[in-house]
Amino acid sequence: MNMTRRQLLILLPAAAVAWEHVLAGTPENAPNYKSAEHWWGMLIDITKCIGCGSCVRACQLENHVPDGYFRTWVERYVVQDWGFEHVHVDSPDGGKSGFPDLGGDAKSFFVPKLCNHCADSPCTQVCPVGATFVSPDGVVLVDPKYCLGCRYCVQACPYGCRFINPGTNTVDKCNLCYHRITKDLTTACCEVCPTGARQLADLKDPADPVHEFLKTHSVQVLKPHLATGAKAFYNGLDGSVR
Amino acid sequence: MTLAKGAMVAFKNVAHLFRIAAAFAIGVILFLVLRGFLVPKSFGEYGHYRGDALNEIASRPISYASHEVCETCHSDVLDVKKRGRHARVACESCHGPQANHTQDPASVVPEKLDTAKLCVRCHEANHSKPMDFPQVHSADHSSGLPCNTCHQPHSPRIEAEAKKK
Repeated sequence: MNMTRRQLLILLPAAAVAWEHVLAGTPENAPNYKSAEHWWGMLIDITKCIGCGSCVRACQLENHVPDGYFRTWVERYVVQDWGFEHVHVDSPDGGKSGFPDLGGDAKSFFVPKLCNHCADSPCTQVCPVGATFVSPDGVVLVDPKYCLGCRYCVQACPYGCRFINPGTNTVDKCNLCYHRITKDLTTACCEVCPTGARQLADLKDPADPVHEFLKTHSVQVLKPHLATGAKAFYNGLDGSVR
Repeated sequence: MTLAKGAMVAFKNVAHLFRIAAAFAIGVILFLVLRGFLVPKSFGEYGHYRGDALNEIASRPISYASHEVCETCHSDVLDVKKRGRHARVACESCHGPQANHTQDPASVVPEKLDTAKLCVRCHEANHSKPMDFPQVHSADHSSGLPCNTCHQPHSPRIEAEAKKK
């Protein structure tokens, strides 16, 4: 292409303006939402979970999660008597289609899992490009435009909550339905949970029933010894759950 | 001229130092200019990430409309449901994601559900389920008949039995 110096000098500012436009991104879509006023987490009541897999299906439909990959999944624990160290855990297709009855008289229960949205998350600390981060409202998010797919964060997550999306080759994970909670809706999994075993919790909202629940129940987070600041609170969590 | 061993000697010709300094300065300027172009404006707005990513993630469309939206039109169903055992089961828990239906209720019609398959998703007996959750062995309980032969899914307790109690 032939171009005179004059033409180039005229074109450059135009290109700069266009580039500015590209960098600006999409306009604010939830104008009434102020991220500084929220601090999101989730309350999971194991005593209520029936292992129906509604949450897993809803998550897949809401977030277009590819088959065989899970942003949330349900595990079944089977503990024989005092054998906490030798538990049997299964999660057929993430619990999406429920669980076959094992029978027997062993202690058995369901544990829904998802990103714990840690306040001091190990996964965001290892990202070399700032593609994953804790948002001002406490949600661990992924910027797919910046993710290189290097998998550092997949290894760093102690809860196994991240995967590489085969469609985009970037990392994917639960984003606590950020497109819903910023519009005053609950997450897809909490919306469909028939027994109320999962409840979205806004820890900065003093009116949120989560505060009363946390005060009056024995609640635990997963792997508390890692001090990740996990915000998925489990009621009735058995000592065998890892 | 002879020098004592190890004595400092001033450079006679310092021009090449200026050339290195100039090359370095050009490098720094080039880095800053390129950085200005390549790093998005919103990077660092909240932290070490692109602030615009928040809005981009938040602006995705939803699939599940939420039961509050359903109830604005289907208040008749809500009246039945809120008195029954399924009061806290959200509409889309059974009917599936209906955001498209709420956008265009006339042409996007939710499909009819087969209660023989639907109800057992939750109510099929399983040792791992909490004991207080109502469960049946569907094969014995209804011998393959759809559940809505007897039960009304929006308020599943059978009326005659409910009156006895």
